[in-house]
Amino acid sequence: MPDVVNVVFAGLGGQGVIKASDILADAVFRSGFDVKKAEIHGMSQRGGSVTSDVRFGREVFSPMVPAGEADFLVVLAPSEVENNRQVLRAGGVLIPPDLVAEGSLPNRRSLNVALLGALSHHLSIAEEHWRAAIAAALPERLHEVNFKAFEAGRAAARARAAA
Amino acid sequence: METATAAKAPQRGLMSGDEAVALAALDAEVALGTGYPGTPSTEILEAFGALGGRAQWAPNEKVALEVGLGAAFAGARVLVTMKHVGVNVAADPLFTAAYTGVDGALVLVSADDPGMASSQNEQDNRRYASAAGIPMLEPSSSQEAYDFALAAFELSARFHIPVILRVTTRVCHSKSVLLRRASPLPPAAAPHFVRDIRGRVMIPGFARPAHRRLRQKLAEIAEWAETSPLNAVVRGDGRLGIVTSGIAYQHAREAAPGASFLRLGTVFPLPLGLVRSFARSVDRCVVVEEGDPVFAEAIRAAGIPVEAKAERFRFGELSVERVRRILSGDDAPEPPPAKAKPPELCEACPYHPVYGTLKRLDCIVAGDIGCYTLGVMEPYQAMDTCVAMGASVGVGLGLRHVLPEAEARRVVSIIGDSTFIHSGVNGLMEMVYNPPKTGHVLIVLDNGTTAMTGQQEHPGTGRKLDHTATGQVSIEGISRGAGVSHVYVVDPVKDPAGFERLLVERLKANDLAVIVARRPCVLAAADIRHYEKVNAERAAQSAACDACGGGDA
Repeated sequence: MPDVVNVVFAGLGGQGVIKASDILADAVFRSGFDVKKAEIHGMSQRGGSVTSDVRFGREVFSPMVPAGEADFLVVLAPSEVENNRQVLRAGGVLIPPDLVAEGSLPNRRSLNVALLGALSHHLSIAEEHWRAAIAAALPERLHEVNFKAFEAGRAAARARAAA
Repeated sequence: METATAAKAPQRGLMSGDEAVALAALDAEVALGTGYPGTPSTEILEAFGALGGRAQWAPNEKVALEVGLGAAFAGARVLVTMKHVGVNVAADPLFTAAYTGVDGALVLVSADDPGMASSQNEQDNRRYASAAGIPMLEPSSSQEAYDFALAAFELSARFHIPVILRVTTRVCHSKSVLLRRASPLPPAAAPHFVRDIRGRVMIPGFARPAHRRLRQKLAEIAEWAETSPLNAVVRGDGRLGIVTSGIAYQHAREAAPGASFLRLGTVFPLPLGLVRSFARSVDRCVVVEEGDPVFAEAIRAAGIPVEAKAERFRFGELSVERVRRILSGDDAPEPPPAKAKPPELCEACPYHPVYGTLKRLDCIVAGDIGCYTLGVMEPYQAMDTCVAMGASVGVGLGLRHVLPEAEARRVVSIIGDSTFIHSGVNGLMEMVYNPPKTGHVLIVLDNGTTAMTGQQEHPGTGRKLDHTATGQVSIEGISRGAGVSHVYVVDPVKDPAGFERLLVERLKANDLAVIVARRPCVLAAADIRHYEKVNAERAAQSAACDACGGGDA
């Protein structure tokens, strides 16, 4: 992996953008990386655009991913893909909301965790850290459905890579 | 000393700046945390309460600071939190608290919002430190938010002066790795009253020497700042030196990895001797600061030659890209920000029918600060002014006083429940005292919570910060008590036509009217029902205990 890995999450208020970035930040923290996470909330709670940046590596300074330097862009709402595409570096990976087919998730609300599963295909973070981070971020009754969503997303990314 | 609650928090973890300040308050044995909700400061008191600290919401920032000051006069360690514009509300006691000083320790958190993610202006509260003569520290990460908050309590206790901890949105809401430390303070002493009339009664005869004492303290603190570990030098090559603070430091480290840095932690008083020797040690010295050119002005005024950023970088947040531009002297127009969907009223928000009516009646709407400010967006565009917390009432009255009658009759003031309690009540007094000839109509949108900042309680909800039951202030009761002749409580969702008829009738009349449009926030309704149920069960249980007559526990 490069010195610092830059991930940007984008979506709309209420979709779990910040939850997804919290889980990633926790998973990489558990893996022993330095990590910073930035977000803007407040007015954005009211259905507006929400983005959250996660940066991890040996040492991270700014918590915000500079434009054109994101390695990964994870988008939860179709309308937010074009709005945020410019954050990706050349060769950066877009993980769009339609990567995970609607029918493959037991609950569409876990799309955020499914897309984390897709992201996990590209990162060398141990499975146990992902599971621990998901479990720490969500109430127990939602663990199984989200573990399943995570697996579905991972499988979708694998299938895309093979295609 | 490790308390039972303190042991619950982790020794090392990923935390936001707000959580870091809360943890520091816990470790500094803060006896009382108080404040008024406001992005990006809100989570500090919520986290402090969740950690087991005594945290409470005040009706506004001025009251919060005054409560904090009283507790600090009694020898307690106190945390007072607010957003940047909240400091304007608290400024009156703040300036004189610099004179009185404190006995325990008092740290005021000013959470600034450069770029206005969720604010009406982007004032730079570093100006308050020099204006009031109050020391200010500024952290650049969660670790520093924790360390500097502890240092602020220590500084306050040592020099008997309030200290401002200035944080910004990106420090408050960014998470980074934090290692907990031992508190630098001795265990807190139990509060007790020591009379000090000359020190705390600021009549002119006592305030004149108090001002001299303040300046003497500041001179001592300036000397302390010169060697304080809160100011850090990072040595790079000697060609470029960067003087910076707060989140700008993090951007600058990334933008200029080879440079030397002077990362200022003591924003006021500035360690000008340290700045001078740092500037001499490099070929080129640039000040990189977010917001106003506060450092550049002070450093240049001291005769130290430094470069300052171009005027365009006064506006908005800094970023790695913008710091690169500052350092390369690139003053070319910047790319537009990414497109984003603006926020809007929630689909099921109870304010929709109210704004529908205001638009249909073509009202001139003096608005206020909260979720309902979003009534300015499409499809309503039903707000004509929004300036400050509580301003809707005064601004509406002013419009009514001077507009021609036909226009004056269309003027309505509209305010939320929490904002009404915060400072709308002052406007209510004015309304009764100086009524316009055409009367006036004040609509209080009472959704039972401080919705915009994330559903905090306030005196009108009858529940404390932790949602347990307490005394409840009645909005309609205050209005009647103040002398408003026509006070109504309506449900705008259940009877939108009735609301509209009532408003039409009141706009025609020459009386004063308060219409409380009461309907819980859709996001908070389920939680409110839950709190009410739990509190009712608690009350029943406690009544049963009283009935049993077991005597005082």
